[in-house]
Amino acid sequence: MALIELNDVRRVYDLGEVKVHALRTVTRKVELGEYVALIGASGSGKSTLMNTLGCLDRPTHGSYLLDGEEVVTMNRDQRAKIRNKQLGFVFQSFNLLNRTSALENVELPLMYGTKIPARERRDRAMEMLGKVGLADRYHHHPSQLSGGQQQRVAIARALVNQPSILMGDEPTGNLDSKTSREVIELFRELNEEQQITVILVTHDQNVARNAKRTIVLRDGEVVEDTEDFLLAKAALEYDPMLA
Amino acid sequence: MSFFDTVRIALRALLKNKMRAVLTIIGVVIGIAAVTTIVSIGQGASQLVSGEFEALGTNVVLVLPGQTRRGGVRQSGAPTLTAADSDAIGRDCPAVLASSPIVGTAGQIIYGNENWNPKEMQGVGADYLVVRNWELEAGGFFSNTDIDSNAKVCVIGQTLIPKLFRTINPLDETVRVNNVPFRVIGILKKKGANMVGDDQDDVVLMPHTTVRKRINGSPLDTVHAIMVSARSTDQMGKATKEIETLMYERHDVGPTDEADFSVQDTTEIAATLGIITGTLTLMLSAIAGISLLVGGVGIMNIMLVSVTERTREIGIRMAIGARGKDILRQFLIESVVLSCIGGAIGIALGTLASMGATMLINAYKPGTDWPMVVSIPAALIAMGFAASVGVFFGYYPARRASKLDPIDALRYE
Repeated sequence: MALIELNDVRRVYDLGEVKVHALRTVTRKVELGEYVALIGASGSGKSTLMNTLGCLDRPTHGSYLLDGEEVVTMNRDQRAKIRNKQLGFVFQSFNLLNRTSALENVELPLMYGTKIPARERRDRAMEMLGKVGLADRYHHHPSQLSGGQQQRVAIARALVNQPSILMGDEPTGNLDSKTSREVIELFRELNEEQQITVILVTHDQNVARNAKRTIVLRDGEVVEDTEDFLLAKAALEYDPMLA
Repeated sequence: MSFFDTVRIALRALLKNKMRAVLTIIGVVIGIAAVTTIVSIGQGASQLVSGEFEALGTNVVLVLPGQTRRGGVRQSGAPTLTAADSDAIGRDCPAVLASSPIVGTAGQIIYGNENWNPKEMQGVGADYLVVRNWELEAGGFFSNTDIDSNAKVCVIGQTLIPKLFRTINPLDETVRVNNVPFRVIGILKKKGANMVGDDQDDVVLMPHTTVRKRINGSPLDTVHAIMVSARSTDQMGKATKEIETLMYERHDVGPTDEADFSVQDTTEIAATLGIITGTLTLMLSAIAGISLLVGGVGIMNIMLVSVTERTREIGIRMAIGARGKDILRQFLIESVVLSCIGGAIGIALGTLASMGATMLINAYKPGTDWPMVVSIPAALIAMGFAASVGVFFGYYPARRASKLDPIDALRYE
């Protein structure tokens, strides 16, 4: 059984007069321990696919099995629990809580869901900050940290509940190339050494090249799904109007 | 999320915007302080007013004799009540403060070459002044010894002084009541008119035994009525019950017999009084309630602003696993914390304000003894009220926050 099984997933936004088909049909599997990059032009549906995979959004049609469980029919609370336990999110704009220390930001996922004693919560968060190399900055607020450091806090927060999947939505989009490389390196480490499944949405070819598998979307459909980045790049740059 | 964590997060969120939190709290403080002050002053006023009413005689119960039937003609005033009944009522009924027999008469009072027909000439018992809540201006009142010896002494009201004595001090002077000489041993304080406008100071009081034997010349050992005062207006009903029970027993009235006496009280006046003070307090509380409402709307306004401002934070929390009810609880507790802090300060301020008001009233109106009433239940109710204001006005913004779509919330700038 695959970790993620999408079967004819569609997402239609009903804007009254027009219907926008963000995802026309997607049928895909992702196995445990994979490192997948989702690429495509803006409007290709990659963010919608990401939100669907992240249980933030519900498809209007089809089936999404996560670890064998059907997500489409779950209610809000059940999906919140899945996000808390099984998924970790890293965003382009970091999305840390302002005026809240790095440590408390990392502790946050442990406050929701199963009750954990405050001391254990703190210890686990500290350990996680240590792993991303920020143990000495635990009491700093996001505004006192550089972009790369903030993103590492966000990664620590995403991983503190030991999820099976780490999701990144343009995780290097707000970083300079040096810190981007550091973050990419961190993703690769997590994937290779801890077998965490990583799924990223990205514009950045360097990030996509680093992934082991690349899925290319165009107009709400998968047009390429390959382990060879050059094929993916070709598919991305292919223009049906010129053909 | 545990309750403790939720409260901690709520406090931290409020501290991030201290000025705003303080201003919101002030709204609640004013409301709760107003309610506390007005309820407290209202209760003081109502105690003061009922005290005044008691002075007017709202706590007085009259025991009247039954009816006579002579050849088919019925009339009241059968000779059934005795002075011993009055003594027994005063002694054996716990809710009764004092009791006095009343023997009425009428006639003329003469001093020197002046004469006057007082409105009221009564033979009464030694406790009459206690029953009427009346005091002496000068001299003394007759004792039980005077009553037992049919002493020819009397106590006069203020109205008589200018009519009979002019500038002479009436004390120890001898007057003639229906040609019987009486020595004046006391002068009553001015009481003014009663509720139907009769001058209550136009009165001569004598021992009831003397009136019966020497003025009325009655062969019977009975009195016309017994006047009883209850310990307070509240205890009127109880006193009436006790008197009835005692009198049934003393007069051997069985369950099926017609009673040879009747008990009349003035509870109607007391009930009216209750309505007046109750309405007053209600009206003032309604006004105070409006300011509490304004405070509540203030909370709601700030919570709505806060939810909008923190849309992104809500999105982040949802993305990492907060359920709708976690968000709802977080915002609800925030508004309850606001209103409870306001409530606590408001109660303290309101208590101080009502103490100040009491002191001012007592200082500027000498003679009034406005009681200071701070009731613990009222404070607890005010606190509960404050908390429910927080829940009521915080619920809508909190619910709105909990219903946000995580994707939209995360995208919010």
